[in-house]
This record gives sequence, C-alpha cells and structure tokens, in this order.
Amino acid sequence: MSRLNLIWRKSLNVLMLTLTGVAALLVVSVLFLILGYLLWNGGKSLNWAFFTQLPKPVGESGGGMANAIIGSLKLLLLAALIGLPIGLLTGVYLAEFGGKTFSFITRYTTDLLNGVPSIVIGIFAYSVAVLPVKHFSTFAGGFALGVMVIPITVRSTEEFLRAVPGTLREGAMALGASKWRTIATVVLPAAKGGIITGMLLSLARVAGETAPLLFTAFNNMYSSPGWGQPTASLPVVLYTYASGPYDDWHRQAWAAGLVLLALVLVANVGTRLALSRGGAARGV
Amino acid sequence: MASASQGRESVVPKPEPRVRAIGTTSTVSGKETPVRFQISNLDFFYGPKQAIFGMSLNIPVNKVTAIIGPSGCGKSTFLRTLNRMNDTIRNARFSGNILLDDQDIMGIDVVGLRRRVGMVFQRPNPFPKSIYDNVAYGLRINGYKGRLSELVEHSLRRAALWDEVKDYLHKSAFALSGGQQQRLCIARALAVDPEVLLLDEPCSALDPVTTAKIEELMFQLKDSCTMAIVTHNMQQAARASDFTAFMLDGKLIEHNETSKLFTTPSDPRTEAYITGRFG
Repeated sequence: MSRLNLIWRKSLNVLMLTLTGVAALLVVSVLFLILGYLLWNGGKSLNWAFFTQLPKPVGESGGGMANAIIGSLKLLLLAALIGLPIGLLTGVYLAEFGGKTFSFITRYTTDLLNGVPSIVIGIFAYSVAVLPVKHFSTFAGGFALGVMVIPITVRSTEEFLRAVPGTLREGAMALGASKWRTIATVVLPAAKGGIITGMLLSLARVAGETAPLLFTAFNNMYSSPGWGQPTASLPVVLYTYASGPYDDWHRQAWAAGLVLLALVLVANVGTRLALSRGGAARGV
Repeated sequence: MASASQGRESVVPKPEPRVRAIGTTSTVSGKETPVRFQISNLDFFYGPKQAIFGMSLNIPVNKVTAIIGPSGCGKSTFLRTLNRMNDTIRNARFSGNILLDDQDIMGIDVVGLRRRVGMVFQRPNPFPKSIYDNVAYGLRINGYKGRLSELVEHSLRRAALWDEVKDYLHKSAFALSGGQQQRLCIARALAVDPEVLLLDEPCSALDPVTTAKIEELMFQLKDSCTMAIVTHNMQQAARASDFTAFMLDGKLIEHNETSKLFTTPSDPRTEAYITGRFG
C-alpha cells in the first residue's frame, strides 16, 4: 500500500466527517436562527398591550391581538373537543380490539388523512360547515383543525398502548377483569403520560395551521363572541399583517410569530419534561 | 395477624361455601383424595396445530401439583387452560372436560372462574399503581364494597410481604425489588380469595434466596389453597410439590406423588428427563 493512498484515505475520512457534522450543525442552527430572528424582530413589538388590546384601525399605531389570541385558544379548544376523543378511541380500537383487515384499512386511511394537505382539509370543512349556514364561523375553523388532530392522535395513542407490556393485560384479566375494564383501569393509566403528550403535540402542531382557517374561521378585526361568527387567529392575522403594506402591521406580525412559536415550544418541551419525570417516577 | 384472620371470614366475598368441593374424591396415584380440578381427555389446538393430546389429570385439593417437562411440551398451555386465559388467543380451542368442583369450566362465567382460579405469571407484572391499589385491584373490579384496608393487609400478610411494605403502601409497586414484586402479585391474586392458584414459572426471573421465600410461601398457603405450578426447575418441583406431572410433546407421560416420581419413575422418559439426559 502506497503512502499516498493512505493519506488520501485519511483525508477523505476527515472530509466526510466534516461534511456530516456541518449538515447536522445546519439543522440545529435553523431552529435557533428562526428563534433568534423572531426574538430580535418580534421582541421589540411585544408588550402588554399586544396581549390585552384589540387591533387599532390602520394608521393608528399601537393596539394588540387579544382577539386573535383568544380566537386561537377557542379554535384549539374546539379542535381538542372534536379531534381528541375520536382519535383516542380509534387508537384504543387499533391497539386493543381491531381485527386484521379493518385495522389495516383504518391504519392506512389514518396515515393518508395525515398526509392530506391542510388546505384541502380547509375546503372540506368549508363545504361541510360553512356552505350550509352561508357564513364563516369559529366552529368551522375548529372543525377543520379537529379533523387534522385526529390522525396524529390515533397513531400516537396506538403506539403508546402497544408499548404497554401484554403481561399487564394478562394480570388484570387473570383477576377477572373484562377486556374493557382491563383497558380502562390498567392499560390506559399505564400509557397515560405518552398519550397525553401525543395529544398536546398534535394540538401544538395544528395551532400554527393557517390554510384550513382561511375560509372557515376567516378573520375578524374585533372580538368574536360565541362560536358562530368569524374569528381572528394568530396564524391568519400573522399572514394578513405580514403581507400587508404597513410597517406597524409588520412589527405586529413578528410579535405574533414569536408568540405562536413560543406556544408550540412550551407545549413541546413542557410535555417532554413532564413525561420523562413521570416516567422516572413510575420506574418505566 | 390474628385479628386479620378473624375478620376475614366475615369480610371476604365468598359466593358459595367451600365445603362443597370436598365431596368429590378421586384416585390420584392409588390414593383416594378430594380433587379440585378433574381434567379428562383434553385436546388443545392453536389453529391447526395440536399442543395437548388427550390429557387426563386430577388436581387434588390443598396440595401443590407441579407440572414439569421440556420447553414447548404444553405445560404452560395446560395451566392457562384451567382459568381460560387462552380464550384471548385467536384460533385457540380445546376439547375434553375440565371440571372445577364438579362444574364444567365452560359453564362458569369466565369472570367468576378467574376469581376462583388465580394466576401468577413468569415475570412479576405489578400494575403501575401503588402497592395498596395493586392488591385492592381484584376486589374493586369484583365490585367488593367493604373494608378494603383489612383485606389488603390480610393478603399482604398471606404473601409474607406485609412487614416489608406496611410503611410504603402508597408508594409505586415499581419501587419494590423483583422478588417483592412477585410476592405482591401473589398477594394481588390472593386478595380475591381464590380456591386455586396457578403459578406459571413464578421463580424463573428470581434469584435463589427469593425463590426460597416463594417456595416457603407456597408451603404456608397449602392450608387454604390448591396450587398448580409449572416449573423448569426440577429441584423446585421436588422440594415444593406434593404431586408431579411430567409432560412431553403435549402428552402427560407420568403423574405421581412427587417423592415417588423422582425416586422411582415408572416411565423411562421420565427417568431420562429427571436425570438430565434431555430437556
């Protein structure tokens, strides 16, 4: 083996190691770049008024996004009420009861539903919940987000239930528990932490969805009482303000972006921390 | 302990008096003994695959019956048939008669059957709940409304675990050691006061000291409980059981008093197995 060959092989090794490392570094830095950029631009416009006041008319400076923040929370509440129970029950069905063929179909359909572009979900919600009543509403937006929550919840619930050892189920059944009793009193509690995390992450994911809200919840410059009227929401207001012509709007859009990202990050990191601590306490 | 024992008769949920069973006697290795389980001509199938062939066996009241045999000989399948745990396996079915106190087990509601026939598994499987709630679980799901605490204490005492856990009843069961967890599982099974306790290799995941504790426990439980234990450990079968059944390839080869089976086996295959020539 020649000396040259050895040097070539060594430098190739170093080169590839550097390339993979740089790629990994890039991935990590993207998040921090976004975060830094948002903090830099949005932090300046973030003040108490942002959380408590309604938008001011164009031309006047100041004002806030109280209506969009409340609107987003209401939409998420609806999405949770609609999507989480269906997702949870379907996940339980797939993990605990399902027959072979129907389970396969359900699982496959769920994955497809997960892959449906969010704007298409929006059109669906539009035709189901907007057209019949002939106006945009908070409910229609919550329905669209709820549909998106379902597939994520189904798959995470199923996975966490499958991770519960079968010996626990046998233990409960050997004491005379029925199948449903076993699931409700032993299996679900054992998988509780994971299932709740999955649910929160699915809500955090749809919290930032804009497309399905554009023609369901639409937008609103004012507060939206009840569930039957169009409502502002953080992502839609962000979209409207960012593409608008006013500097004041741009600043508020940055702030909205920061609040949205903070919401998602807190949900993500928070549940992960809670889960790992809970897991340690349970000895898992 | 004394007060717990006195309290027990009045608080333990007991659908029918146990005396009923003693009426049935049968011949086990030449002796007339009251029997708990009478199994005759049992064939067991997983789909098209037959796992047990024409097995007939009597399990005597308040004795320990050990079932030994090489891996895959059907001994666990046999044990799990007795409390119908195999019902949950798709395509599993059996034919033949299994009588518990003269009653066909297929004619007993499966919930009631499992309350009367408790089971302890190979690996300790405590629920992710507190020690107290683990023991109370069986009572709660059976709708028992009484003084749970007394029964929990009584069951933990019967499983020789009370003194070690009495100050930690509300701590997670996962905080216990493997041997303690297994005794907790025994306490959990004892809480509903079963007539029979099925033990499926209960010590295979435990160290020798803990194993000795479980065997000691089985010896104490014999007063009040019929036990059937599947074990890979022949010394354990010899030490802890009154009767031993040797199974091979899904068939019962020999069933006798433990002392006789291990000293003077009548079948050459039994002799070969217990002397360690195969399995």
